Amino acid sequence: MLSAPLGRRLAPMATRACVSRAGAAGPAAAGSVEATIRAKLEQALSPEVLELRNESGGHAVPPGSETHFRVAVVSARFEGLSPLQRHRLVHEALAEELAGPVHALAIQARTPAQWRENPQLDTSPPCLGGSKKTRGTP
Amino acid sequence: MSASLGRAAAALLRWGRGASGGVLPGAGVRAASSGAGGGGQAEQLDAMVKKDKVVVFLKGTPEQPQCGFSNAVVQILRLHGVRDYAAYNVLDDPELRQGIKDYSNWPTIPQVFLNGEFVGGCDILLQMHQNGDLVEELKKLGIRSALLDEKTDQDSK
Repeated sequence: MLSAPLGRRLAPMATRACVSRAGAAGPAAAGSVEATIRAKLEQALSPEVLELRNESGGHAVPPGSETHFRVAVVSARFEGLSPLQRHRLVHEALAEELAGPVHALAIQARTPAQWRENPQLDTSPPCLGGSKKTRGTP
Repeated sequence: MSASLGRAAAALLRWGRGASGGVLPGAGVRAASSGAGGGGQAEQLDAMVKKDKVVVFLKGTPEQPQCGFSNAVVQILRLHGVRDYAAYNVLDDPELRQGIKDYSNWPTIPQVFLNGEFVGGCDILLQMHQNGDLVEELKKLGIRSALLDEKTDQDSK
């Protein structure tokens, strides 16, 4: 299975992958992007369950960044929609953030029944360093 | 090996200004070139995603992915034994990096296209891999997943 070995490697990666860049400013208020994501998804999708994790610490961005997130959204609104359609709904709700500070968004979009079968937020694969030439753009 | 090969592949992948013809970088994965030609950005991307059955836009290359999510796409394709696919490295071209997001109306990389149709990113491909949909979609393209052969081997023991 793909995710298990990747998941095991994630923890050590979190400590060595975080590369500080001099001069980069953090967000104005700690967790403000996270709070905004949560609020917008709640408004757009009325989720039964919303689990949001800031995964920026596992990537090559400064400490305190809010650039990489993983979200599990459980909503009846997803019934009958393909995975692609579900993800697009999430993107629509977070269009501003995705055009702005959010660089990566891992999405688990489930119906309530699907969530009950497997109620957990997965882990993301370890960062492989990202772009060395450009910075700031997703 | 992979660094110089990556640069060579990247040069061929120069979007909109590439050399014609492809080079086999070793594992059967084609360093796809978009070729010269007129038309707008959308038309060029349209041609790129339709030229090959399996097309992916990655950060980095299949030999040297530079992003965990892009790597996941590469690994999934490898698990299924998909060796012949077009891989475009968006880190080499900011216009491509933004252009493909506009084309697909999808904000992130990696992006996967099957038979010219946008399928999704890493999460969706992983889901398709886990629930068997990817084997079916590949079959529709005339690609037999290696996972089917593994299963067959196990059944016959």
